[in-house]
Amino acid sequence: MRSADLADWIRHAAELVTADAGRLSRLDADIGDGDHGHNLDRGFRAAVGALPGGDVPPGKVLIAAGRAIVSKTGGASGPLYGTALRRAGKALGDAGEVDAAALGAALRAALDGVRELGKAERGDKTMVDALGPAADAYDAALADGSDLAGCVRAAAEAAAKGAEETVPMQARKGRASYLGARSVGHLDPGAASTALILGALADVTGEG
Amino acid sequence: MVGIVIISHSRTLADGVAEVARAMGVGQAVVEPAGGDSEGGLGTSIDLAEAAVAAADGGDGVVLLADLGSSVLTARTLIEDAERDDLLLADAPLVEGAVAAASMAATGADLATVHAAAESAFEHRKTR
Repeated sequence: MRSADLADWIRHAAELVTADAGRLSRLDADIGDGDHGHNLDRGFRAAVGALPGGDVPPGKVLIAAGRAIVSKTGGASGPLYGTALRRAGKALGDAGEVDAAALGAALRAALDGVRELGKAERGDKTMVDALGPAADAYDAALADGSDLAGCVRAAAEAAAKGAEETVPMQARKGRASYLGARSVGHLDPGAASTALILGALADVTGEG
Repeated sequence: MVGIVIISHSRTLADGVAEVARAMGVGQAVVEPAGGDSEGGLGTSIDLAEAAVAAADGGDGVVLLADLGSSVLTARTLIEDAERDDLLLADAPLVEGAVAAASMAATGADLATVHAAAESAFEHRKTR
Protein backbone atom coordinates (compact mmCIF):
# COMPACT_ATOMS: atom_id res chain seq x y z
CA MET A 1 0.00 0.00 0.00
CA ARG A 2 1.09 3.51 -0.72
CA SER A 3 -0.11 6.94 0.44
CA ALA A 4 -2.81 7.11 -2.20
CA ASP A 5 -4.31 3.81 -1.00
CA LEU A 6 -4.56 5.06 2.59
CA ALA A 7 -6.06 8.33 1.38
CA ASP A 8 -8.59 6.24 -0.59
CA TRP A 9 -9.40 4.38 2.62
CA ILE A 10 -10.05 7.60 4.55
CA ARG A 11 -12.27 8.92 1.72
CA HIS A 12 -14.20 5.65 1.46
CA ALA A 13 -14.57 5.44 5.25
CA ALA A 14 -15.92 8.99 5.23
CA GLU A 15 -18.49 8.01 2.58
CA LEU A 16 -19.62 5.00 4.60
CA VAL A 17 -19.80 7.04 7.81
CA THR A 18 -21.87 9.70 6.07
CA ALA A 19 -24.22 7.04 4.69
CA ASP A 20 -24.50 5.34 8.10
CA ALA A 21 -24.49 8.43 10.35
CA GLY A 22 -28.20 8.13 11.09
CA ARG A 23 -27.94 4.48 12.11
CA LEU A 24 -24.87 5.10 14.30
CA SER A 25 -26.55 8.03 16.05
CA ARG A 26 -29.71 5.96 16.62
CA LEU A 27 -27.60 3.18 18.19
CA ASP A 28 -25.99 5.86 20.35
CA ALA A 29 -29.38 7.29 21.31
CA ASP A 30 -30.29 3.90 22.84
CA ILE A 31 -27.44 3.90 25.39
CA GLY A 32 -25.37 7.06 24.80
CA ASP A 33 -26.04 10.68 23.95
CA GLY A 34 -27.25 10.12 20.40
CA ASP A 35 -24.57 11.97 18.47
CA HIS A 36 -22.01 9.31 17.50
CA GLY A 37 -22.80 9.09 13.79
CA HIS A 38 -23.05 12.80 13.24
CA ASN A 39 -19.92 13.55 15.26
CA LEU A 40 -17.94 10.95 13.35
CA ASP A 41 -19.32 12.25 10.05
CA ARG A 42 -18.03 15.72 10.92
CA GLY A 43 -14.67 14.26 11.94
CA PHE A 44 -14.15 12.13 8.82
CA ARG A 45 -15.22 14.98 6.52
CA ALA A 46 -12.51 17.07 8.20
CA ALA A 47 -10.06 14.19 7.77
CA VAL A 48 -10.76 14.07 4.03
CA GLY A 49 -10.17 17.81 3.87
CA ALA A 50 -6.86 17.43 5.71
CA LEU A 51 -5.41 14.68 3.51
CA PRO A 52 -1.96 15.83 2.40
CA GLY A 53 -1.28 16.23 -1.28
CA GLY A 54 1.88 15.13 -3.03
CA ASP A 55 4.07 12.14 -2.37
CA VAL A 56 4.19 11.97 1.44
CA PRO A 57 4.89 8.76 3.39
CA PRO A 58 1.72 6.71 4.10
CA GLY A 59 2.17 7.25 7.84
CA LYS A 60 1.79 10.99 7.37
CA VAL A 61 -1.59 10.48 5.69
CA LEU A 62 -2.92 8.76 8.80
CA ILE A 63 -1.37 11.31 11.17
CA ALA A 64 -2.98 14.21 9.26
CA ALA A 65 -6.35 12.46 9.19
CA GLY A 66 -6.10 11.65 12.90
CA ARG A 67 -5.27 15.18 13.85
CA ALA A 68 -8.31 16.52 11.95
CA ILE A 69 -10.55 13.94 13.61
CA VAL A 70 -9.30 14.87 17.10
CA SER A 71 -9.89 18.53 16.35
CA LYS A 72 -13.28 18.46 14.63
CA THR A 73 -15.30 15.50 15.89
CA GLY A 74 -16.61 17.04 19.12
CA GLY A 75 -17.32 13.85 21.08
CA ALA A 76 -15.35 11.04 22.72
CA SER A 77 -14.94 9.37 19.33
CA GLY A 78 -12.70 12.28 18.25
CA PRO A 79 -9.80 11.65 20.63
CA LEU A 80 -10.29 7.87 20.31
CA TYR A 81 -10.32 7.55 16.51
CA GLY A 82 -7.82 10.38 16.20
CA THR A 83 -5.42 8.60 18.54
CA ALA A 84 -5.96 5.31 16.69
CA LEU A 85 -5.05 6.86 13.34
CA ARG A 86 -2.13 8.89 14.66
CA ARG A 87 -0.64 5.91 16.52
CA ALA A 88 -1.04 3.80 13.39
CA GLY A 89 0.61 6.55 11.35
CA LYS A 90 3.52 6.81 13.78
CA ALA A 91 3.97 3.03 13.66
CA LEU A 92 4.28 3.21 9.87
CA GLY A 93 7.09 5.74 10.26
CA ASP A 94 8.66 7.25 7.16
CA ALA A 95 8.49 4.11 5.00
CA GLY A 96 7.25 4.82 1.47
CA GLU A 97 5.35 1.58 1.16
CA VAL A 98 3.28 -0.42 3.66
CA ASP A 99 3.50 -4.23 3.57
CA ALA A 100 1.26 -6.69 5.37
CA ALA A 101 3.49 -6.90 8.47
CA ALA A 102 3.74 -3.12 8.79
CA LEU A 103 -0.03 -2.68 8.50
CA GLY A 104 -0.53 -5.32 11.20
CA ALA A 105 1.86 -3.49 13.51
CA ALA A 106 -0.01 -0.24 12.80
CA LEU A 107 -3.34 -1.87 13.64
CA ARG A 108 -1.88 -3.16 16.90
CA ALA A 109 -0.49 0.33 17.70
CA ALA A 110 -3.94 1.81 17.07
CA LEU A 111 -5.51 -0.70 19.47
CA ASP A 112 -2.89 0.02 22.14
CA GLY A 113 -3.46 3.78 21.77
CA VAL A 114 -7.21 3.45 22.17
CA ARG A 115 -6.86 1.17 25.21
CA GLU A 116 -4.40 3.54 26.84
CA LEU A 117 -6.49 6.65 26.24
CA GLY A 118 -9.90 5.22 27.08
CA LYS A 119 -8.69 2.77 29.78
CA ALA A 120 -11.08 0.24 28.27
CA GLU A 121 -10.54 -3.51 28.03
CA ARG A 122 -12.35 -6.17 26.08
CA GLY A 123 -15.81 -6.85 27.42
CA ASP A 124 -16.41 -3.22 28.45
CA LYS A 125 -18.77 -2.78 25.45
CA THR A 126 -16.63 -0.28 23.53
CA MET A 127 -14.78 -0.02 20.22
CA VAL A 128 -12.04 -2.15 21.81
CA ASP A 129 -14.42 -5.10 21.42
CA ALA A 130 -14.19 -4.66 17.64
CA LEU A 131 -10.62 -3.39 17.30
CA GLY A 132 -9.09 -6.04 19.58
CA PRO A 133 -10.47 -9.07 17.70
CA ALA A 134 -9.55 -7.31 14.43
CA ALA A 135 -5.89 -6.99 15.45
CA ASP A 136 -5.81 -10.63 16.59
CA ALA A 137 -7.45 -11.89 13.38
CA TYR A 138 -5.05 -9.82 11.29
CA ASP A 139 -2.03 -11.31 13.06
CA ALA A 140 -3.43 -14.83 12.76
CA ALA A 141 -4.04 -14.39 9.02
CA LEU A 142 -0.53 -12.99 8.60
CA ALA A 143 0.94 -15.97 10.43
CA ASP A 144 -1.03 -18.27 8.10
CA GLY A 145 0.63 -16.62 5.11
CA SER A 146 -2.23 -14.42 3.91
CA ASP A 147 -1.42 -11.39 1.79
CA LEU A 148 -2.29 -7.87 2.92
CA ALA A 149 -5.79 -7.92 1.43
CA GLY A 150 -6.50 -11.29 3.07
CA CYS A 151 -5.27 -10.06 6.46
CA VAL A 152 -7.43 -6.93 6.22
CA ARG A 153 -10.45 -9.00 5.19
CA ALA A 154 -9.96 -11.24 8.24
CA ALA A 155 -9.60 -8.17 10.48
CA ALA A 156 -12.76 -6.55 9.09
CA GLU A 157 -14.76 -9.76 9.55
CA ALA A 158 -13.51 -10.12 13.14
CA ALA A 159 -14.42 -6.48 13.85
CA ALA A 160 -17.96 -7.02 12.57
CA LYS A 161 -18.32 -10.18 14.67
CA GLY A 162 -16.79 -8.44 17.70
CA ALA A 163 -19.24 -5.56 17.34
CA GLU A 164 -22.21 -7.97 17.29
CA GLU A 165 -20.85 -9.58 20.44
CA THR A 166 -21.21 -6.29 22.33
CA VAL A 167 -25.02 -6.71 22.27
CA PRO A 168 -25.28 -8.88 25.43
CA MET A 169 -22.53 -6.99 27.24
CA GLN A 170 -23.09 -4.56 30.10
CA ALA A 171 -21.28 -1.28 29.46
CA ARG A 172 -18.43 -0.35 31.76
CA LYS A 173 -17.26 2.84 30.01
CA GLY A 174 -18.91 6.06 28.87
CA ARG A 175 -22.45 7.27 29.36
CA ALA A 176 -23.84 3.78 28.75
CA SER A 177 -22.10 2.58 31.93
CA TYR A 178 -24.44 4.77 34.01
CA LEU A 179 -27.32 2.59 32.79
CA GLY A 180 -25.96 -0.57 34.42
CA ALA A 181 -27.91 -3.65 33.35
CA ARG A 182 -30.13 -1.51 31.09
CA SER A 183 -27.20 -1.18 28.67
CA VAL A 184 -27.53 -4.93 27.90
CA GLY A 185 -29.24 -5.81 24.62
CA HIS A 186 -27.89 -2.92 22.56
CA LEU A 187 -25.14 -2.86 19.95
CA ASP A 188 -22.30 -0.55 21.01
CA PRO A 189 -22.13 2.33 18.51
CA GLY A 190 -18.34 2.69 18.79
CA ALA A 191 -17.81 -0.99 18.04
CA ALA A 192 -20.27 -0.64 15.13
CA SER A 193 -18.38 2.31 13.63
CA THR A 194 -15.05 0.51 14.07
CA ALA A 195 -16.42 -2.43 12.07
CA LEU A 196 -17.66 0.00 9.41
CA ILE A 197 -14.29 1.76 9.10
CA LEU A 198 -12.29 -1.49 8.94
CA GLY A 199 -14.81 -2.72 6.37
CA ALA A 200 -13.93 0.34 4.32
CA LEU A 201 -10.26 -0.67 4.48
CA ALA A 202 -11.16 -4.17 3.29
CA ASP A 203 -13.12 -2.68 0.38
CA VAL A 204 -10.15 -0.57 -0.66
CA THR A 205 -7.47 -3.29 -0.32
CA GLY A 206 -9.75 -5.90 -1.91
CA GLU A 207 -9.95 -3.92 -5.13
CA GLY A 208 -6.23 -4.29 -5.84
CA MET B 1 1.54 31.03 39.36
CA VAL B 2 0.13 27.65 38.35
CA GLY B 3 -2.73 28.05 35.88
CA ILE B 4 -6.00 26.13 35.85
CA VAL B 5 -8.08 25.05 32.86
CA ILE B 6 -11.69 23.89 33.06
CA ILE B 7 -12.79 21.60 30.21
CA SER B 8 -16.52 20.95 30.02
CA HIS B 9 -19.10 19.88 27.44
CA SER B 10 -20.94 23.13 28.10
CA ARG B 11 -19.61 26.65 27.63
CA THR B 12 -21.97 27.85 30.36
CA LEU B 13 -20.80 25.17 32.78
CA ALA B 14 -17.09 25.83 32.13
CA ASP B 15 -17.60 29.58 32.49
CA GLY B 16 -19.56 29.08 35.73
CA VAL B 17 -17.00 26.75 37.27
CA ALA B 18 -14.25 29.21 36.33
CA GLU B 19 -16.25 32.04 37.92
CA VAL B 20 -16.64 30.16 41.20
CA ALA B 21 -13.01 29.00 41.21
CA ARG B 22 -11.68 32.51 40.53
CA ALA B 23 -13.74 33.85 43.42
CA MET B 24 -12.35 31.15 45.72
CA GLY B 25 -8.88 31.93 44.42
CA VAL B 26 -9.32 35.42 45.90
CA GLY B 27 -9.14 37.03 42.49
CA GLN B 28 -5.55 35.92 41.98
CA ALA B 29 -5.84 32.41 40.55
CA VAL B 30 -5.71 32.17 36.76
CA VAL B 31 -8.65 29.99 35.69
CA GLU B 32 -9.45 29.61 31.99
CA PRO B 33 -12.62 27.89 30.76
CA ALA B 34 -12.81 25.71 27.63
CA GLY B 35 -16.47 24.79 27.31
CA GLY B 36 -18.50 23.40 24.45
CA ASP B 37 -17.58 22.65 20.88
CA SER B 38 -16.04 25.13 18.47
CA GLU B 39 -19.50 26.44 17.49
CA GLY B 40 -20.61 27.00 21.07
CA GLY B 41 -22.83 23.91 21.20
CA LEU B 42 -22.49 21.01 23.63
CA GLY B 43 -19.32 19.03 23.03
CA THR B 44 -15.59 19.36 23.43
CA SER B 45 -12.96 21.08 21.35
CA ILE B 46 -9.27 20.36 21.68
CA ASP B 47 -8.57 23.66 19.92
CA LEU B 48 -10.47 25.60 22.59
CA ALA B 49 -8.73 23.57 25.31
CA GLU B 50 -5.29 24.29 23.83
CA ALA B 51 -6.10 28.00 23.65
CA ALA B 52 -7.20 27.93 27.29
CA VAL B 53 -3.96 26.19 28.31
CA ALA B 54 -1.95 28.84 26.46
CA ALA B 55 -3.93 31.58 28.22
CA ALA B 56 -3.51 29.99 31.66
CA ASP B 57 0.17 29.17 31.23
CA GLY B 58 2.30 31.60 33.20
CA GLY B 59 5.37 29.37 33.09
CA ASP B 60 4.73 27.43 36.31
CA GLY B 61 2.56 24.70 34.79
CA VAL B 62 -1.15 24.14 34.30
CA VAL B 63 -3.63 21.85 36.06
CA LEU B 64 -6.52 20.66 33.89
CA LEU B 65 -9.93 19.68 35.21
CA ALA B 66 -12.46 17.93 32.98
CA ASP B 67 -16.13 17.12 33.49
CA LEU B 68 -16.60 13.68 31.88
CA GLY B 69 -16.30 11.47 28.82
CA SER B 70 -14.89 13.29 25.84
CA SER B 71 -13.64 16.16 28.02
CA VAL B 72 -11.40 13.72 29.86
CA LEU B 73 -10.22 12.08 26.63
CA THR B 74 -9.57 15.51 25.11
CA ALA B 75 -7.50 16.55 28.14
CA ARG B 76 -5.46 13.33 27.99
CA THR B 77 -4.90 13.75 24.25
CA LEU B 78 -3.88 17.38 24.65
CA ILE B 79 -1.32 16.46 27.32
CA GLU B 80 0.10 13.63 25.20
CA ASP B 81 0.39 15.91 22.16
CA ALA B 82 2.01 18.73 24.10
CA GLU B 83 4.88 16.45 25.18
CA ARG B 84 5.31 18.60 28.30
CA ASP B 85 5.63 17.42 31.88
CA ASP B 86 4.09 20.59 33.35
CA LEU B 87 0.51 19.91 32.21
CA LEU B 88 -1.38 17.66 34.62
CA LEU B 89 -4.95 16.35 34.50
CA ALA B 90 -6.50 16.21 37.97
CA ASP B 91 -8.52 13.11 38.85
CA ALA B 92 -11.11 15.17 40.67
CA PRO B 93 -14.78 16.25 40.68
CA LEU B 94 -15.03 19.35 38.49
CA VAL B 95 -16.34 22.09 40.79
CA GLU B 96 -14.70 20.93 44.00
CA GLY B 97 -11.42 20.22 42.23
CA ALA B 98 -11.40 23.61 40.53
CA VAL B 99 -12.09 25.42 43.79
CA ALA B 100 -9.39 23.45 45.63
CA ALA B 101 -6.86 24.03 42.83
CA ALA B 102 -7.64 27.76 42.60
CA SER B 103 -7.41 28.18 46.35
CA MET B 104 -4.01 26.50 46.44
CA ALA B 105 -2.71 28.19 43.28
CA ALA B 106 -3.51 31.60 44.75
CA THR B 107 -1.02 30.89 47.56
CA GLY B 108 1.77 30.59 44.98
CA ALA B 109 2.15 26.85 45.52
CA ASP B 110 3.94 24.75 42.89
CA LEU B 111 2.36 22.51 40.25
CA ALA B 112 2.51 19.25 42.25
CA THR B 113 0.92 20.94 45.27
CA VAL B 114 -1.90 22.52 43.25
CA HIS B 115 -2.53 19.19 41.48
CA ALA B 116 -2.63 17.36 44.82
CA ALA B 117 -5.05 19.97 46.21
CA ALA B 118 -7.38 19.39 43.25
CA GLU B 119 -7.30 15.62 43.76
CA SER B 120 -7.89 16.01 47.51
CA ALA B 121 -11.34 17.38 46.65
CA PHE B 122 -12.60 13.78 46.51
CA GLU B 123 -12.18 13.61 50.28
CA HIS B 124 -14.73 16.35 50.97
CA ARG B 125 -17.85 14.22 51.33
CA LYS B 126 -21.38 15.64 51.40
CA THR B 127 -23.39 13.30 53.58
CA ARG B 128 -20.82 12.36 56.17
